[in-house]
Amino acid sequence: MSYHNPYTPPRKSATFDDATLAEIRRAAATGIYDIRGAGTKRKLPHFDDLLFLGASISRYPLEGYREKCDTSVVLGTRFAKKPIRLKTPITIAGMSFGALSGNAKEALGRGATIAGTSTTTGDGGMTDEERGHSEMLVYQYLPSRYGMNPRDLRRADAIEIVIGQGAKPGGGGMLLGQKISDRVAQMRNLPKGIDQRSACRHPDWTGPDDLEIKILELREITDWEKPIYVKVGGSRPYYDTALAVKAGADVVVLDGMQGGTAATQDVFIENVGMPILACIRPAVQALQDLGLHRSVQLIVSGGIRSGADVAKALALGADAVAIGTAALVALGDNDPKWEDEYQKLGTTAGAYDDWHEGKDPAGITTQDPELAARLDPVAAGRRLANYLKVMTLEAQTIARACGKNHLHNLEPEDLCALTMEAAAMAQIPLAGTSWYPGKGGF
Amino acid sequence: MPTFDLSSTPLRDLNSALHTLSKGANDTAFDVVNPRGAHAVAVGIDAPVTVEVRGSVGYYCAGMNDGGIVTVHGSAGPGVAENMMSGTVVIEGDASQYAGATGQGGLLVIKGNAASRCGISMKGIDIVVHGNIGHMSAFMGQSGHLVVLGDAGDALGDSLYEAKLFVRGTVKSLGTDCIEKPMRPEHLETLRGLLDRAGVTDATPQEFRRYGSARTLYTFNIDNADAY
Repeated sequence: MSYHNPYTPPRKSATFDDATLAEIRRAAATGIYDIRGAGTKRKLPHFDDLLFLGASISRYPLEGYREKCDTSVVLGTRFAKKPIRLKTPITIAGMSFGALSGNAKEALGRGATIAGTSTTTGDGGMTDEERGHSEMLVYQYLPSRYGMNPRDLRRADAIEIVIGQGAKPGGGGMLLGQKISDRVAQMRNLPKGIDQRSACRHPDWTGPDDLEIKILELREITDWEKPIYVKVGGSRPYYDTALAVKAGADVVVLDGMQGGTAATQDVFIENVGMPILACIRPAVQALQDLGLHRSVQLIVSGGIRSGADVAKALALGADAVAIGTAALVALGDNDPKWEDEYQKLGTTAGAYDDWHEGKDPAGITTQDPELAARLDPVAAGRRLANYLKVMTLEAQTIARACGKNHLHNLEPEDLCALTMEAAAMAQIPLAGTSWYPGKGGF
Repeated sequence: MPTFDLSSTPLRDLNSALHTLSKGANDTAFDVVNPRGAHAVAVGIDAPVTVEVRGSVGYYCAGMNDGGIVTVHGSAGPGVAENMMSGTVVIEGDASQYAGATGQGGLLVIKGNAASRCGISMKGIDIVVHGNIGHMSAFMGQSGHLVVLGDAGDALGDSLYEAKLFVRGTVKSLGTDCIEKPMRPEHLETLRGLLDRAGVTDATPQEFRRYGSARTLYTFNIDNADAY
């Protein structure tokens, strides 16, 4: 007996999907792991999985545009003589001159200053341009200590000791030779054109007890004026927060795995660290257990895109947020207007992540003078300021709808979760219930 | 001469006084007594002052020194003269880990021994150690000079960039990408100058060997993966 097989569409493996197959072929062809910029591209439980409940009979809302909803935040109130006062709780995360062009750094400073918030240096030191264009500038103290000097420490508005970042908790960095221009080489005291490794550990301390002494040294050098932040990747947020506080931090910066990087291994970006949604409640719990919630401020980052994300992060207990990738997009990163050039680089607008190669058509993640000149720092700064203001307005809109006259008055109680995962990670009841996984022993 | 007794005066008073010297001040010679292992003694100096510390200190003594002349009449804890920009720091005794870490300039003289990671990530500082140094010294050293009159421990100069290392005694082992290099006349001259600046009178440059980077790791190459 014979039969005719009807047509069945070819079925691709979910395990060996196109991206996986392509990566196997790429690895086999090159013999080197994939290095790229930006953050994780995998789908993760995120703020999208939370919703606000809004006002109801038991909670009355505030009138939009007429009843004030304060957005200000003060960072560094614990020990610093000169805390930082921001008009909006949305700050700009650390990104280096080297990874970014001078124009991009200037644009970040201009945009943040218009919006009344701070920018942050990165691995490679502080440039006069970013100091000049940033009313409030946080100076990162990194393991590499590239460009570190006491003069810049003193002219910073705050100091951020970087222990880790969300894209690669436990990893160092690598600025490839293509981006080592004369100026970058000079700032880092290394030969031009070589790959520059950034260490993963600080050279002169290990562990929380040493960190306490390091913070003492930095405070003494800067006469106890500057707020001192401690930045960690989303790894063990309860204990990292507690240890940072014990070591004397004024502010804890917690970066989830959605946070971007200038360059690291794709395997690192996609497989190490926790999503920010899972990090905030344990960090807040640590602060509350120590009786220091709101006294030591918590800045969270990693995948913040909108005022809704800001409001949700604050409702979970953060004092402020930081944005990196979103700020670059506001400047012009991955803009479809450069599509022809993205195609020539073998990619497309929205997917371009070879930031380490220095060929960015948008002129942001490059040291090529011709490409960098494409970014007008004044116009790009204005775009960033607009974006920051929109996010702030969005967060206010939600807060008013929840009856809050300050963004910090948002509470976990204002939220519900759409998925079991989000409910468990954020310790927010599943929508329509009063329960989340783990609550009551279940 | 201002004297600070750290058994009765807060550390803050000392460092504050060092930071607030008016330009052209006459009283630029400081004496610190009873340091009793205190951390962060005389940090952030940014003027040509002289500080004599009468005893041993803890972590980060003379950290980020920029122009001061600091002498510790005792031993120093971890990270002495870390990230020094300019000036001179002299330790009459021994120094713990990370001595001169990330230093960008100036001269650090250790008359005793230095522990592990001496000169780690050095970026221009000159370090002269009369005694021995511990393992992983000059790790990722970028520039500057490390001179050792005694012996060096394991993995000297691991992942070295352009720092130059001179050792009179034995080297237990060299780190990844660190090799012995020929001592040419210009190196002998440089070394003579360093020994003179450090007040070394009982050694000649010809007794030393020179070590530096093989520069094979400067550009990432998968075939070097075994070296990491």
